[in-house]
Amino acid sequence: MAENKKWMPRWFYQMASPRWCYDFTGKLLPWFAVAAALLLAAGMVWALAFAPADYQQGNSFRIIYIHVPSAILAQSCYMLMAVAGAIGLIWKMKVADMVAKACAPIGATVAILALATGAIWGKPTWGAWWVWDARLTSMLILLFLYLGVIALHSAIESEATAAQASAVLALVGLVNIPIIKYSVEWWNTLHQPATFTLTERPAMPVEMWLPLLVMVIGFYCFFAVSLMLRVRNEILRRERRAGWVRDLLQRV
Amino acid sequence: MNAKRKQRLMIVLFIVFGVTVAVGLTLYALSQNINLFYSPKQIVAGEAPLDTRIRAGGMVVEGSIQRDSNSLKVSFDMTDYADTVRVEYTGILPDLFREGQGIVAQGKLDANGVFQAVEVLAKHDENYMPPEVAEALKESGQMPRQAAEAYNK
Repeated sequence: MAENKKWMPRWFYQMASPRWCYDFTGKLLPWFAVAAALLLAAGMVWALAFAPADYQQGNSFRIIYIHVPSAILAQSCYMLMAVAGAIGLIWKMKVADMVAKACAPIGATVAILALATGAIWGKPTWGAWWVWDARLTSMLILLFLYLGVIALHSAIESEATAAQASAVLALVGLVNIPIIKYSVEWWNTLHQPATFTLTERPAMPVEMWLPLLVMVIGFYCFFAVSLMLRVRNEILRRERRAGWVRDLLQRV
Repeated sequence: MNAKRKQRLMIVLFIVFGVTVAVGLTLYALSQNINLFYSPKQIVAGEAPLDTRIRAGGMVVEGSIQRDSNSLKVSFDMTDYADTVRVEYTGILPDLFREGQGIVAQGKLDANGVFQAVEVLAKHDENYMPPEVAEALKESGQMPRQAAEAYNK
């Protein structure tokens, strides 16, 4: 046991306790909820009303303020799902399984959002709703991976087996993430390269990318809120026979 | 970390790296099939098949657009700054189609090396800017230009 303590920080083992996790996320939740509401409201108004129009596309480019954050989030959410699944596999940690399970529907939703906004933007800009290029196809595969994880999880009755199986599927699908990211650099695609990267200056002026940054952070906060709500629900459902949950429910 | 966990960690790493290598090799082998379009350089070099439906992508050369006054027929040169291919098309072009714009056309390469397009899509680049900035950049001649690499991968 002493060796275990050295391997991972203390909070890692604390998070493994459903009760501790429930209390901790309960404290974080209001902060993230307020931040998400403020950032999304401010970012939306800024992006739709105050950011300048594009010289070529006019106002239709504004869909980028939904499209890019949802596409980024769809990939981050998948990585979190795979990492949580791996932790669940290795440490047999129930909370990690719950996080992985909670990630899938959120990720599927934002992946659908990214694909839909992309298609709506593609029709006036490219002249086509859909093109089978590497970026669009790999993003569609990401959506199918999410749906596969959801389906696999609900097809297996035993919670532990379901978590194991879907964690393996999530890990196998992890290879798709770098493919999505680099598809526009490795192959000829219709989709343009990234406008917004961590390492380079964005290919748009500051009055355009600042609202985009606000939206991206707002999307992450919203993701944190919905993930915590789902995980807390899952904890209560699975621990419903535990004493602390009964006490909690009686107090309400 | 006890032995059992270590073993499970190894299995997880094996899954991730094994799948990565397998998929990586497959994609590498298929890389030409994954490209959405052929570049003018590849077409001129004869890498693109004749008389088969293919896609070609490049920039519309400035001053090369010729419109037929009686029909929707339009022809223009498409370049990747290395080679140039003539494209002929009859139909409605996307709003973004203009000189200097990146496009991806679907069609057939005829015997004369002219690309007979049945569909033309505009390829937007990653640069966004307000009209005033575009105006100023155009005047000073610093408008960002899509690099040839954008069409030759």
